Amino acid sequence: MGSPQGGRLVRDTARTGDQWFRLLLAAMAAAVPFVIGTMVVALIAAAWPAILRFGARFLITTTWDPVASQFGVLSFVYGTVVSSALALLIAVPLGLGVSIFLSELVPGWLRTPISFLVELLAAIPSVVIGLWGIFVLVPWVRTTAEPALQASLGFLPLFRGPPLGLGLLTAGLILSVMVVPFVVAVSTAVMRAVPTAQREAAQALGATRWETTRTAVLPYARSGILGAIFLALARALGETMAVTMVIGNVAQIRVSLFAPAYTIPAVIANEFAEATGDLYVAALVYAGLVLLVVTVAMNALARLLVNRVVQGPSFIAE
Amino acid sequence: MDPRYRLRRGMDQGMTLVCFLCTLLVLTPLVLVLTFLAQTGLSALNWDFFTKLPGAAGEPGGGMANAITGTLILIGLAGCLGIPIGVLGGTFLSEYPQTQVSRISRFAADVMNGIPSIVMGLFAYVLIVLPLRHFSALAGGVALGVMLIPTVMRTTEEVVRLVPQSVREAALALGIPQWKTTLRVVLPTATAGIVTGIMIALARIAGETAPLLFTAFGNRFWNRSILQPIAALPLQIFAYAISPFDDWHRQAWAGALVLVAIVLVVNVGARYATSRQVRLR
Amino acid sequence: MQVMRVRLMVLALAIMLLGGGLSTVRAQSPVILNGAGATFPYPLYSKWSQVYAAEKGVQINYQSIGSGGGIRQFIAKTVDFGASDGPMTDEQIAQAGGRVLHIPMVAGAVVVTYNVPGVTSGLNFAPDVLADIFLGKVTKWNDPRLLQDNQKAVLPAADIVVVHRSDGSGTTNIFTNYLSKVSPQWKTQVGEGPSVNWPTGLGGKGNEGVAGVVKQTPYALGYVELAYALTNKMALGYVRNKAGQFVPPTLSSTSRAVDGALASIPQDFRVFFTNPDGKDAYPIAGFTWILIYGEQPDPVKGKALVTFLWWATHDGQKYAPTLLYAPLPKSLVARIEQTLKTMTAQGAALLP
Repeated sequence: MGSPQGGRLVRDTARTGDQWFRLLLAAMAAAVPFVIGTMVVALIAAAWPAILRFGARFLITTTWDPVASQFGVLSFVYGTVVSSALALLIAVPLGLGVSIFLSELVPGWLRTPISFLVELLAAIPSVVIGLWGIFVLVPWVRTTAEPALQASLGFLPLFRGPPLGLGLLTAGLILSVMVVPFVVAVSTAVMRAVPTAQREAAQALGATRWETTRTAVLPYARSGILGAIFLALARALGETMAVTMVIGNVAQIRVSLFAPAYTIPAVIANEFAEATGDLYVAALVYAGLVLLVVTVAMNALARLLVNRVVQGPSFIAE
Repeated sequence: MDPRYRLRRGMDQGMTLVCFLCTLLVLTPLVLVLTFLAQTGLSALNWDFFTKLPGAAGEPGGGMANAITGTLILIGLAGCLGIPIGVLGGTFLSEYPQTQVSRISRFAADVMNGIPSIVMGLFAYVLIVLPLRHFSALAGGVALGVMLIPTVMRTTEEVVRLVPQSVREAALALGIPQWKTTLRVVLPTATAGIVTGIMIALARIAGETAPLLFTAFGNRFWNRSILQPIAALPLQIFAYAISPFDDWHRQAWAGALVLVAIVLVVNVGARYATSRQVRLR
Repeated sequence: MQVMRVRLMVLALAIMLLGGGLSTVRAQSPVILNGAGATFPYPLYSKWSQVYAAEKGVQINYQSIGSGGGIRQFIAKTVDFGASDGPMTDEQIAQAGGRVLHIPMVAGAVVVTYNVPGVTSGLNFAPDVLADIFLGKVTKWNDPRLLQDNQKAVLPAADIVVVHRSDGSGTTNIFTNYLSKVSPQWKTQVGEGPSVNWPTGLGGKGNEGVAGVVKQTPYALGYVELAYALTNKMALGYVRNKAGQFVPPTLSSTSRAVDGALASIPQDFRVFFTNPDGKDAYPIAGFTWILIYGEQPDPVKGKALVTFLWWATHDGQKYAPTLLYAPLPKSLVARIEQTLKTMTAQGAALLP
């Protein structure tokens, strides 16, 4: 696009007007990278005492002892990664099912209400989902889901131990509820961006609707769907309130999914308000910095993948 | 019928059913959570809830009038900051898409969408609360406004790009300078889409608690100045939810219900606006 | 039509924005005192705030952001007063850079609560047994040491599911301070603080988190604030005090604890008085404080603040018992009066 040819005919004053206008717009656009830069600098400054004291050891030790001022985030990283992975394991197949339903199968009049309902799920405050988790989901997991899993799959170390209801499994479930709207929104947008010609070609060869989806739509949208997964992963990694209410908050590394664990956002939310002592606060900010770097990397990766399919974030307006 | 064809058709119907079941399964928690909210909160929803200040612990009555208006004011303040920057920045991304600034900003906006919201709160705390030495509606508005920028910017970019090139050319051919063309011809054409994007972005920030804790701070009374602390629905919900009193719990859930309703209304409104536009096109 | 609709929406948006701007124009009227800190006294402070605004026209805006947050905001001087369930350390007071006063407001207790099917309130806990449960050394409900103190109760051979607070809190601070006083091993291995490195057990977020887990998990044992346990009708454990009595946690046994500790409370009130003397004193109790600067920068606000604190420690105390806080004993209030009288603004005393 750029500056159209007609601009040459315009008077000089208008041209300086154009330049000023362009400068103004550019300044507004540049505000975003500027804000991000400032944020990162501010966080590094606040975390500096802990960075100096613990350095990279912070990432590979498991002791979190505020009384003795010894801090390491490995068990939080473990809990964050495992609960998020579990959430994706549940949310991605379900979300893709919904997306295929929305973009390929559903009659047009149903599409808007369903995608609207899915979006509403994302709008419920996370503290509310957390309390629902504690009072409804946790008892169900303890009395129904975990004993059933233990009875059928108990030979795996993943499903051993006393069924407490609080732990990685429940955290994964609640996270999946919270990230599924993102998987649906992005992958529906990606699938709908697949050119109609692709589908028509498959259908012309006699493919059924499912075969069209499998052979023409999904391969075309593959990298975009991968992007949706990373985006959901970034959301899951950063989710706080709901997770901390159901994960059990024990800084440990256990194989069993029934075992309680802890996540980085949960420890920040739990301890930041009551933290006293500079090193303690700095350690929490350092943990936040680790989280920020991970989520930013995930998001960047996701966008690169999505942008290979869709130009522009058509899913935001949708 | 050819058995192979029957198998393929069975597969087709089977997968349709699976996808339908997925949809049902995904929507189940929504129904369960909303029922939970209604069960616990509906009894506290009455006229007082919308017109009165919070009551004291241990006595029934009182409402969240200040928190509801507080949330609306905070959204307004966030809009003052986020909407102009978002819309103008988005226009730049669309009208000058290949410049270095555009590429970096576009990428940065996408990345910023994923930054945890508590970090935004800390940012506003360092930037505004510490220098001014007190919590304020302004700081809360800035925290939310910053969160608004990337969403509004990217939506605007996309919508403005949809404006046909011929419209721009027609204006320029009449001798109108480019800045005027953009402001008076291109942006008005895209207004409906931009407004939709803005509404959805506003609805998203309405429920945020974390960025307000150390900025807007909360207020038991009516706010009298944007340099004073201000109440907000999510903050009030949070404070009541962790209290030991049943009556406050009910009010917290009622507040959550109102918050979800606000988001719902905004979403429906925005959708209605866009669907009208599509039909008119 | 389309253009009309869009204009209307833009107009609506503009009015909303204007509403935000207009609220700045309205005149500054009553004195507003902003305070932040501990979540534990939030219900009481919000009650005070409501009554005080109606009676005196001064607005006390208190937000519960946590004791640590309260101390940090107090040091950063972003609030007019801080509030905390634990006293500030010498280092923090040095950081604050001024004369810092701790004014006790009310006392509260931390109770042991459990969920053993068939067993109601009234299980007896000896201090060393309690410490060993939280150290993970006593793991069964039918441990001989537990049975010895509870000969009438039928205790099952089930594992004890220990539950503690995961968020940093004054409740944990009081509880771990108590355990450090009664168990040398706890003191060296774990220590005390708003958050500690727990040797065992699940973490629940907030009172409601711990209460939720205890209520729903058979054989669980945890600790919560007295007010929370009473309003939610949870099973309460009796704890053996210094005098050797097993005492039920109540408002009056909490008051007895303050009485028992009076002699040992220092002049600046900075103390955890867990495990006090007194036959009927419940041993796990503590103060919640309001933190203020002795030298106030603004005479008007300073005067309003000291008047409010005077009211809170006198007339305000009558609201405490209904909200399940233990009021301050008269003799302690007399000492607080002396402290409040030392407050100045720009060199002039704020109270006669």
